[in-house]
Amino acid sequence: MTDISSSVSSGIAGAPRAYRDIGIKRRYAAERRFRIYGISAILIGLFFLFTLLWTVFSNGYTAFVQTTITLPIEFSEQTIDPDAERTTDPSVLLSANYPVLVRNAMIKILNIDPANRALVKRATDMISPSARIQLRDVVMADPSVIGKTVNVALLAEANVDSANKGQVDLTVDEARRKINNQQLTWMDQLRESGVMTKEFNSGLFTSGASSRPEASGVGVAALGSLYMMLIVVVLSLPIGVAASIYLEEFAPKNRFTDLIEVNINNLAAVPSIVFGLLGLAIFINFAGMPRSAALVGGLVLTLMTLPTIIIATRAALKAVPPSIRAAALGLGASKMQTIFHHVLPLAAPGILTGTIIGVAQALGETAPLILIGMVAFVVDYPGSPMEPSTALPVQIYMWANEAERAFVERTSGAIIILLAFLIVMNLGAILLRRRFERRW
Amino acid sequence: MKKLLGSCALVAIMMATAGTASARDLVQVAGSSTVLPYAKIVAETFGETFPNFKTPVVESGGSSGGLKEFCKGVGPDTIDVANSSRKIRASEVEACKAAGVTEIQEIKIGYDGIVFATDAGNADLKLEPKDLYLALAAELVVDGKIVANPYKKWSEVNAALPDVEIAAYIPGEKHGTREVFEEKVLAVGCEATGAAEALKGLAADEDAAEAKCIAVRKDGLAVDIDGDYTETLARIDSNKNGIGVFGLSFYENNADKLKVATMSGIAPSTETIASGEYPVSRPLFFYVKKAHLGVIPGLKEYVEFFTDDQMIGPDSPLAAYGLVAAPDAEREEIRKSFEAGNVM
Repeated sequence: MTDISSSVSSGIAGAPRAYRDIGIKRRYAAERRFRIYGISAILIGLFFLFTLLWTVFSNGYTAFVQTTITLPIEFSEQTIDPDAERTTDPSVLLSANYPVLVRNAMIKILNIDPANRALVKRATDMISPSARIQLRDVVMADPSVIGKTVNVALLAEANVDSANKGQVDLTVDEARRKINNQQLTWMDQLRESGVMTKEFNSGLFTSGASSRPEASGVGVAALGSLYMMLIVVVLSLPIGVAASIYLEEFAPKNRFTDLIEVNINNLAAVPSIVFGLLGLAIFINFAGMPRSAALVGGLVLTLMTLPTIIIATRAALKAVPPSIRAAALGLGASKMQTIFHHVLPLAAPGILTGTIIGVAQALGETAPLILIGMVAFVVDYPGSPMEPSTALPVQIYMWANEAERAFVERTSGAIIILLAFLIVMNLGAILLRRRFERRW
Repeated sequence: MKKLLGSCALVAIMMATAGTASARDLVQVAGSSTVLPYAKIVAETFGETFPNFKTPVVESGGSSGGLKEFCKGVGPDTIDVANSSRKIRASEVEACKAAGVTEIQEIKIGYDGIVFATDAGNADLKLEPKDLYLALAAELVVDGKIVANPYKKWSEVNAALPDVEIAAYIPGEKHGTREVFEEKVLAVGCEATGAAEALKGLAADEDAAEAKCIAVRKDGLAVDIDGDYTETLARIDSNKNGIGVFGLSFYENNADKLKVATMSGIAPSTETIASGEYPVSRPLFFYVKKAHLGVIPGLKEYVEFFTDDQMIGPDSPLAAYGLVAAPDAEREEIRKSFEAGNVM
């Protein structure tokens, strides 16, 4: 460096030895600062992401286990079918007094005096009222259990479940708690004898909505979401791809197609609730489709997803180099052949990525569903998209508004399930892109 | 190409089935988010008790939203029952009539108490409608003049109240609860302080005076909550001195986190509300389309099941959740009235 500069300076005779300030230092400093800005931006993003994930997971992981109490239930014929008419009239099994069976089992296992009604009530309150249906299903599935004593794993009541998970503040005055000291002693007793255990909460995935936290699950909502996603994919992919191929490859460039393009870009930014209003007006009020049905939800979400898919597809089609088209046309392929044999396959990864992102967005949408009646309490599984159902984000929203404390963990549990869905879909998008993407 | 054609065919099939599936085999309910938890319990138990009927679908969406859907017309593509935390308005009955819903049956399910609560760590709180009016009104009468509310601390309103900044989380204007709050708390407080009389002389007319009585300050000390009670609870969690408005059932489910205030010396409970001692309560209703009875399977049974004592009586699951049961005679009256087919 010095050699060169000295030779240069010596080369210019008599010139003063001067450095030209090209701002190296300043420019390096600017770059360093910019890097710091970038890193801090990422750190802030990561911080919020981790806070979100931390709150969701720390609140929600407990939702995946559920306290169950396994009781030896004596299916006494006297209680279920006192007049022995089940062979002639099977409906007696439906309306039998099953809660009495639970009560008797609790009296036996806790050694309570059956005459002490207050104590008996406290004991039976520890078992979820859904036990009635559980026992009914056991008897309906196999009427031969009548007269036998069988161990049945019953769901614990939500407050017992919360207390068992340590979510109840036991320092609070007994009267202000949803669970009293007597029940806590019983809980210890049952835990020690192995009657009360924590099991994997499969009900969270399979059950429908319920007003009892312990018996509620996202099953109906997940199926509703699945129906809607299928409808969205089946409708918006062909329509969106066809529209963008035409606009990109065939349509003349004039004011009219410009107008269409502007409108599509605008639609992509329209708030989703507007699509809900549209769906209510067109599909329900005009076309007479049923309220709360996944079909209507799917159609509304299709309208919402279409612009996203069209924009992504057009971008993917544009990214295919003109040389491919020129080569195909030069070899004698028709325009149609060029597009379907060469351009479309090359654009496919981009189209699929766009579709998956669009569908994932639709999966998380609640606002348009309010107006078409899908923000609803639905217990029964929908047999078809025509029947009432709800959606995963709706279930989260509804649980978040519940008064019972036990719904807090379930809300976060449902968020985890929804996140898992989204991660799987986005992973799919990334894998597809990696697998088929070509670079020129 | 084939895929495209196939999916188009599928769409066509779906559109075709959409047209035919007009007959409905389950009850559809919509409306008030206050009534929603009760309706959910009834719907679920109904589905369990009557396996031959499908479980009713209960939508939330607010009293007004539910009644609007309800008044869209008669037929299987409209809802059967609208839940409401207030009485149906005359304008809504008119709208119903115009759309062909001429026969509406009103059913009162019980009462809901509205409580004021603060964080559990605070000292006991004794409120009067008067205190709340003075603390929360937009404008007060001072020395015969209407001035913007000067109070900043509860202790300035009433020396017995804590020496902390006023922070109240009250239901937003779209809530049915707001009406009760205005009517049973602010208007009563306005009367009690004598401001109502004074305002009559100062405001343009009587309506303006009444409006002034229930106008809530907008300087940030009284916060409208447009979401649900869970949002109010979160606000109180972050501001321990805040006072929030809750439904009795919500408070009872979160009694370990909240401390309830007495109103005019009466602590809210199902007993004091049923007897009418606790002043801030309101009836809850649902409305049934008479034209749908006997057409929609299970609707009549659903209504009968809902009004049965095993659902809305004093020892019912709804009472356990926080509903204040109507007196025995009134419940009997409700059942008789439905049975007789009385319409509004």
